[in-house]
Amino acid sequence: MMRRRSTSLKVLALTGFAFLYLPIVTMVVLSFNESRLVTVWSGFSPKWYGELLQDDQILGAAAISLKIAFISASLAVVLGTLAGFALSRFNKFRGKVALTGMVSAPLVMPEVITGLALLLLFVAMEGLLGWPKGRGVVTLIISHVTFCMAYVAVVVQSRLADMDGVIEEAALDLGARPWRVFVDITLPMIAPALVSGWLLSFTVSFDDLVISAFVSGPGYSTLPMVIFSKVRLGVSPEVNALATMMIVVVGIGVVLFTWNAARLHRMRQREERAAAAGL
Amino acid sequence: MTQASLAQAADPRKPWTDPAAQPFVRIEAVTKKFLDFTAVDAVSLDIYRSELFCLLGGSGSGKSTLLRMLAGFETPTSGRIIIDGQDMTDVPPYERPINMMFQSYALFPHMSVEQNVAYGLKQDGVPKADIARRVAEMLDLVKMGSFARRKPHQLSGGQRQRVALARSLVKRPKLLLLDEPLGALDKKLREETQFELMKIQQALGITFIVVTHDQEEAMTLSSRMGVMNHGHIVQVGEPHDLYEFPGSRFVAEFIGSVNLFEGTLVEDEPDHVRIESPDAGCTLYVNHGISSAPAQQVEVAIRPEKIRLSRQHPGQTDNVSAGVIDEIAYMGNLSIFQIRLNSGKMIRVTRPNLDRYDEMPLQPKEPVFCSWGPASGVVLSA
Amino acid sequence: MSGGDHTAAQAAPGQGVASRPGPGPAVSWLGQRLRLRVPKGLGRGVVSGIPLGWLLVFFLLPFAVVLKISLADTAIAMPPYTALLDWDGEAVATLQLNFGKYLFLLEDTLYLAAYAGSLKVAAVSTLFCLLIGYPMALFIARQPAERRPLWLALVILPFWTSLLLRVYAWIGLLQHNGVINNILISLGIIDQPLVMMQTDFAVYLGVVYTYLPFMVLPLYATLEKLDDTLLEAAADLGSAPWKAFLTVTLPLSRPGMVAGSMLVFIPAVGEFVIPALMGGPDTLMIGRVLWDEFFNNRDWPMASAVAVVMMVVLVIPVMLLRNGQNKTAEHG
Repeated sequence: MMRRRSTSLKVLALTGFAFLYLPIVTMVVLSFNESRLVTVWSGFSPKWYGELLQDDQILGAAAISLKIAFISASLAVVLGTLAGFALSRFNKFRGKVALTGMVSAPLVMPEVITGLALLLLFVAMEGLLGWPKGRGVVTLIISHVTFCMAYVAVVVQSRLADMDGVIEEAALDLGARPWRVFVDITLPMIAPALVSGWLLSFTVSFDDLVISAFVSGPGYSTLPMVIFSKVRLGVSPEVNALATMMIVVVGIGVVLFTWNAARLHRMRQREERAAAAGL
Repeated sequence: MTQASLAQAADPRKPWTDPAAQPFVRIEAVTKKFLDFTAVDAVSLDIYRSELFCLLGGSGSGKSTLLRMLAGFETPTSGRIIIDGQDMTDVPPYERPINMMFQSYALFPHMSVEQNVAYGLKQDGVPKADIARRVAEMLDLVKMGSFARRKPHQLSGGQRQRVALARSLVKRPKLLLLDEPLGALDKKLREETQFELMKIQQALGITFIVVTHDQEEAMTLSSRMGVMNHGHIVQVGEPHDLYEFPGSRFVAEFIGSVNLFEGTLVEDEPDHVRIESPDAGCTLYVNHGISSAPAQQVEVAIRPEKIRLSRQHPGQTDNVSAGVIDEIAYMGNLSIFQIRLNSGKMIRVTRPNLDRYDEMPLQPKEPVFCSWGPASGVVLSA
Repeated sequence: MSGGDHTAAQAAPGQGVASRPGPGPAVSWLGQRLRLRVPKGLGRGVVSGIPLGWLLVFFLLPFAVVLKISLADTAIAMPPYTALLDWDGEAVATLQLNFGKYLFLLEDTLYLAAYAGSLKVAAVSTLFCLLIGYPMALFIARQPAERRPLWLALVILPFWTSLLLRVYAWIGLLQHNGVINNILISLGIIDQPLVMMQTDFAVYLGVVYTYLPFMVLPLYATLEKLDDTLLEAAADLGSAPWKAFLTVTLPLSRPGMVAGSMLVFIPAVGEFVIPALMGGPDTLMIGRVLWDEFFNNRDWPMASAVAVVMMVVLVIPVMLLRNGQNKTAEHG
């Protein structure tokens, strides 16, 4: 491996990282600012965290968002896995072209369009069928599942493409019926993809503002909707505290995940070396 | 069928020599098309019980597709596959009494060695105690008993190969398909494993069909082999027959190396033929008839090890040609000579190195006579 | 082979080597065929049918509704649009199509400017993401293998945190009495606060900042796979490092650049949050226009018409381009 000491590359790259983290670090620091004037430093204080935990509007919205993200991510994993599996493992079936086209389309569709379209659908359906009644949890979940399943399908599909189909054939050959093969072989092997698909869906759902704003009704404000309306009025020390908490949670998650993956990778490499050496 | 095998009476170990024998696997005019590409073209083949049959061919010859149709992963476009008297053409893989050992081994990475081997038995609802016993027996048979609790990634390539074999044998299939079973092993291990595979096959009496691109492997393993090219089976026979009596230029060149001489048929008697070959620079005399019209253009194949080299003229009138040694490659057990005949044609001759030291070794640029016996050449019709 | 004899006895010729228990061949054949044929097609139909059905109802059908409503007229009602089909009680239904919204889209330059503005913001931001992201991706790819995950985690971390909050973080920095202005004034560099918020500059900054990780990740994936020996070969043939970069690394990383640019450009075109929070009143982006038509003017048919045109002009070309790219990638 060739290691060139390129200082200019290092400077450029580190500037990029600084750009990425400057606003985040500033926000974390300011969340401990005592002053309500957020950007004028007047001393260290954790008081905004206390205020945040008293704020029923934010807490209520957070609870709604967590619930919707949890349900949507779980449903999206089921639907997305079916779609990804059908697309990468079935040779031909009716509607394959349609499914291929639609499954990743929500990823390229501007959110304003998806949001508007879903709302108009819900209004039309309510007029024709009487369901769903009004806008709320149900319409939010349906909408979130629709765009989250695209993420899952893409992740599952690429995992299945990397995975040797021969392993599934081996199970068929040993007498397992197709659904047994799916449960015994395919599912365990794509489990990492399902976990990352779920986490991705949860994050995307929890973070969604635009589509939620279209399809939710009065009384069903998600956390991003509440933050958006607060931020429109200017910076707020409580939002700084909330953002810091979210960054800490995500940060711990990413660090643990990276560390664990590295650990497993090292362990596996050790075992493979030992096996090759005939131990 | 060639003379050599017809000469023998029906040998119970060689059911293909007995016209009354019932084939165990019958492939009837099977064709497989992918879009406009014909991978397997109207192949018919009979394989008998307890045979170790090798399908030999290069990549794209259709051998793997044929194997996958036997396993049930591909459905033939036309034709039938009959195994032990039952039509299997449309039966899915999980209903077939056939198992397969995959080229990549296809071990389940999330299961231990034991669980891998037990998987097939579990699918059949075999009682737990029986599963444990049969798995242990099978792992002992392939000498993997002490690795039962390991995961596939904790095994070496050779060990994985054994586990894959155990897993495909544990259900006692009527037919075992092996796709390049030794392809992923290094040379030394491959040679050892070849003999072990043969022993296991003989001990269990299961019919094996092995796909390989390695002609040495096919020659070593097989009771009979079929050479495939462009979706066709070009020739079927015992290894000895295919090597000594190739039916076509393709088979002659694919199995081992060969010198080919073009010539004109001048004499065609029931017990011999004479061919005038400017290519070889002499008259070729072959002691078997081919019953063709005289003046026909034919090719004669002579294996490199059947040609003798001498400094003096050997004294025969036919089957002798003078030339000059161009290069000598010393391989240890034998030496390969590149010789330019006076006709200009380059031929290859191999000579075993019988002595550790040769007083007067042949040298490059030295003139030599190349000669061979009347039974050495094979006249190729195609 | 020690276990050989033992097993041979079990599998003597003639004895059924088939392990499947069950009735004789004839019965089991029929049974197997019946059992098999039905669920095989059914299982596949269910597996592919469920997601297909879901997407047909909740993804494709909504666009039909949008198209329908874009052809209606505004009405003061709930929902606030006229019906296309009028049922007059008799057997005669009249179809009323109203192309007024589309005509208005063409007449009023605001909409055209907004479509163009979106394209411009997305294109310029993509270029900046490429310029900033490329050195980052190359830097990570050239780190020792065991340190790469850490740097990657640093890129991914902001990507997993809320987009809204990341945009929000800039407001504290950029606003009138924000951190940057405070520092510059206290250092005596400027007397008057700079106007940075509610400008086009802020929108570009926000878009570049938000979508930078989308550029770095695919670029890294391509650069990491690049064979080091290619650069060694280039050096061996007398190429200076920067020249080797221009002639080897850069052309070979094209797939990553294309993938990253797509990932930035596509969401940037329809972006609403960034122009809404950071842009000024004259920052025209089509996502924001659609939002305002719907929420502020309550003109559902107009919002639908904007969406339809956006689909035709912006989304469909991008999807076709993307499919084209995927096809070339497969064949290349």
